[in-house]
Amino acid sequence: MAVKTVIEAIREGMDEEMARDESVFLIGEDVGNRGGVFLATDGLYKKYGALRVIDSPLAESCIVGVAIGAAVNGMRPIAEIQFADFIAPAMNQIIEEAARFCYRTAGDFNLPMVIRAPWGGGVHGALYHSQSIEATFGHIPGLKVVVPGTPADAKGLLKAAVRDPDPVLYLEHKRTYRLVKGDVPTGDHVVPIGKADVKREGKDLTLIAYGLMLTYCLEAAETLAAEGVSAEVLDLRTIKPIDQAAIVATAKKTGKVLVVHEDNRFAGIAAEVMAIIMENAFDTLDAPVMRLTGPDVPAMPFNQVLEEAFMPNVDKILAKARELAAY
Amino acid sequence: MASVKMPQLGESITEGTISKWLKQPGDQVKKYEGLVEIITDKVNAEVPAPLAGILKEIKVKEGTTVTVGTEIAVIEETVTAGATQRPAPAAPTETAAAVPQDSPSPVLGEGRGGGSDSRTRLSPAVRALIEEHRISDAELSRIEGSGIGGRVSKKDVEDFVAKRTQPATANGEQRQTVAPAAAPPAPTPGTTIPLSPMRRAIAANMLKSKQTIPHAWTVAEVDMTSVVRFRQTAKDSFKQREGIDLTFVPIIVKAVVEGLKAVPVLNASWSEQGVVLHKDINIGVAVSVDDGLIVPVVHQADRMSISGLAKAIDDLAKRARAGKLGIPDVQGGTFTVNNPGTFGTILSYSIIAPPQAGILAMDAIVKRPVVVEGDAIAVRSMMNLCLSFDHRVLDGVSAARFLQGVRRWLEGFSEQVPLY
Amino acid sequence: MALKTTEVEAKGGPSRHRSLGLSDEQALKIYEVMRLARAVDERMWLINRQGRAPFVISCQGQEGAQVGTAATLRPGYDWVAPYYRDAGVVLWFGMTARDQMLSFFARREDPNSGGRQMPGHFGSRKLHIVTGGSPVATQLLHAAGVALASKQRKEDAVTAVYFGEGSTSQGDTHEAMNFAAIHKLAVVFVCENNGYAISVPQSSQMAIANVADRAAGYGFPGVVVDGNDVLACYEVARRAVERARRGEGPTLIEVKTYRFTAHSSDDDDKRYRKAEEVAIWRQKDPILRYAGYLRDAGTLTDQREADITDRVTVQVDEATEYAEQAPDPTPDDLTTFVYKQELPS
Repeated sequence: MAVKTVIEAIREGMDEEMARDESVFLIGEDVGNRGGVFLATDGLYKKYGALRVIDSPLAESCIVGVAIGAAVNGMRPIAEIQFADFIAPAMNQIIEEAARFCYRTAGDFNLPMVIRAPWGGGVHGALYHSQSIEATFGHIPGLKVVVPGTPADAKGLLKAAVRDPDPVLYLEHKRTYRLVKGDVPTGDHVVPIGKADVKREGKDLTLIAYGLMLTYCLEAAETLAAEGVSAEVLDLRTIKPIDQAAIVATAKKTGKVLVVHEDNRFAGIAAEVMAIIMENAFDTLDAPVMRLTGPDVPAMPFNQVLEEAFMPNVDKILAKARELAAY
Repeated sequence: MASVKMPQLGESITEGTISKWLKQPGDQVKKYEGLVEIITDKVNAEVPAPLAGILKEIKVKEGTTVTVGTEIAVIEETVTAGATQRPAPAAPTETAAAVPQDSPSPVLGEGRGGGSDSRTRLSPAVRALIEEHRISDAELSRIEGSGIGGRVSKKDVEDFVAKRTQPATANGEQRQTVAPAAAPPAPTPGTTIPLSPMRRAIAANMLKSKQTIPHAWTVAEVDMTSVVRFRQTAKDSFKQREGIDLTFVPIIVKAVVEGLKAVPVLNASWSEQGVVLHKDINIGVAVSVDDGLIVPVVHQADRMSISGLAKAIDDLAKRARAGKLGIPDVQGGTFTVNNPGTFGTILSYSIIAPPQAGILAMDAIVKRPVVVEGDAIAVRSMMNLCLSFDHRVLDGVSAARFLQGVRRWLEGFSEQVPLY
Repeated sequence: MALKTTEVEAKGGPSRHRSLGLSDEQALKIYEVMRLARAVDERMWLINRQGRAPFVISCQGQEGAQVGTAATLRPGYDWVAPYYRDAGVVLWFGMTARDQMLSFFARREDPNSGGRQMPGHFGSRKLHIVTGGSPVATQLLHAAGVALASKQRKEDAVTAVYFGEGSTSQGDTHEAMNFAAIHKLAVVFVCENNGYAISVPQSSQMAIANVADRAAGYGFPGVVVDGNDVLACYEVARRAVERARRGEGPTLIEVKTYRFTAHSSDDDDKRYRKAEEVAIWRQKDPILRYAGYLRDAGTLTDQREADITDRVTVQVDEATEYAEQAPDPTPDDLTTFVYKQELPS
């Protein structure tokens, strides 16, 4: 065990996978000499050279399209989209191509590739450096979407994503990069895709979250405990395939669930989680399933007052959780 | 004086290390002039001075790492003529309200304030438990709902089932009929009583009060003879008419309301911006319940007659003991009345419920020989009224004036004072 | 190498194929694959017009461009990323008439997609044919990626990617050519310019006469070639493939050709082009032209022609019969292979 930040865990995960498997390579904007704008790939260019750490032209469709082709021909690319907000030019390649290769060939082709994208707000990133994209891509069959919130999960899910035979969208929350620190198991630590994790046991109500909101929910749970409310915190970790069993189990256990995400509210992940609970745990509910989300505005503004108004935070989670506890 | 804080140099950066101070205490600094060099995970940068002035103090030494937002230096501002200061940004919460982020759940909205169906509305979990444990309608009606509006929650049913099955020992059934219905288990010395949520809440509130409010305490002795006499004559007809007892509490509350009208600074709250005088007089009335104390609030007590207060207090006390108070029932108090006298106390030092500025304790009414007008000795019904007040908000003179007003009102009580 | 677009003139002479290094057998094999592509296509139209299959999209008129260029590659070692008209390319690369018909009838056994995609969406991992979808030009980037992988592994495989002139308006085309040029990837870009993107003529698609002129902007050679002259196609493609294999980077080949049929069975080309125009181009049919050359060269005798016709007919008949009888997928097949690693339901 060693205490690391999320960004260190990601870097270490990539380094270890590149050392383990020669077919793993990186492609993206500024990933070479610069080491990535967040330094996620720092040092890897020097270590693995220009053929395995490729500075792409400033073209997202190119990054993903080339990665697809390389995966067809036996490589395991890790493509980096510099900010999740800039993934739109690559959507045709991701949705129409990468996500459909396996299905449209009835399993003849598969694409072992990872698309990394820093996402999320609370970093003064404004409309185009703060977005959440998990619901958009979670809707696409053929893609896997992971959203680690801790350093251990960041590393373990990165390794799982690299080894997965299918395209994985790996979302790393920018605010957690250096804010969240934690123990990372040494050795070949792999976290399976599709498994949620109870980060805190509780019995009165459940907070379901992922990414940065996980950290906030854990903080809120601490305060709730002091108020006599025992909150369970379930970290989804993977959006697609979502861990239905874990969601249903915690809903049945506490009977009260609050789902938290910073993505827009309408048709967000919370809506899906709520539907799963209604379909599978209705008889055990003791209160309406609640959600706390970002509002349905295009993205979060630059102005700090507006950004804070957009983002869920510990106080907002506490207010909603108290409502749920008192119900 | 302006403080210089560790800036957030880039997205995702949470801390920075002071690499080199470019200015020393006493140095003149120009606005935007390099002040300090900072190393972060992402960038190394020279941080310019936020304003012109003299560097007064360096708070963080070179080589030290601190989180974003930590004060690292203090600059004494050079005031320039006509310099306008930008107003501080509005508190985020105010703006947050403008964005419809999270409308309250409609079900909750209805449940608030104890809608008539709140008690009978059963969640799927509660229905399942009722089924599982074969709880009859009669039993169900005995379960006290702890949820909003008195809703019976899953936990309430689980607690009920636990109690129901507890004395299931060999001769349990016989014992059950003898034992009082819902007596809490007697605490055994040498064990630790687990903290109930209410116990925790009381503890937190009391601690906060004593740590933040400088309490002052003063006592007035009141001759309650007229009030006692009046109550004696009126209580039977009142009970007949209203169906409730006429106790001393609503009369004292009425007196308190009159006292607060005369001394409004006691119906107030301390804040850093100033003493906030409340428009309404909302009197909290302490009610003891099984596992602690709860203080429901008579809202707008200044608009009520004695009988109105009596009914409101009776209703709140009953609902408090049944655990059926809604959140609004316990919110918004501006002053509290406590009645320890029923247990025979004669001097009580109560703790103020923040953010209120005062709490009045009614101690026991006892007959005592008292020197009255004309230096005669008479047997009178006497009571101590003990006032704890926030000395930040008011001084002893105002507190004494309040007590005097209450005392005069009570001592001058006659049958002319309208009950309605 | 000069970066200026070069026009390759069709050179006459009875031994042209031999001077290109093609044996008689190889020259005849090219002819037979062109014939087979045409025959399968014609059969599909007949079946479609009988109402026995819902959709057909054609290669007719472009067989010379397709087989002529594909014949310069090593099937199973080199890679192709074809577009939906490239029946000639995939037949050269090892697909069969039966495979085509299974796809046409959308049968479970269809090796391209198990009956999931419309006809013309070719793909086979084993044959090194990169699967294609319907959005156009995406395959150019896939080809660049395939070639990048070859380069990373220090293999000399060449990747040929095919597309229409309409696809050159897409951003992915630019991104792929740019990327392939930067990394000197072994890619041969083959633009089958048939004059129309469905109904939109080239004059509404671009303001230049030759797509190949654009190659200069990326820093690699562009070549224009008569797409109905199969040996000319072979010649320029061979040069491009050799250059790519030597690690000198990509080439853009623009084959000027024509689409004999409407865009698809759902299109009516009389709404946007004249019958006379089609008739003129039919005179230049690459199959007839190549047959004439082979006969002049003495390579194609009447007997050989008859044998080829027999073999093609037998294959098409057998393929049609087999595919029409082949079972459909079952409803259970709907949910398989969303992922390679099936998810828990």
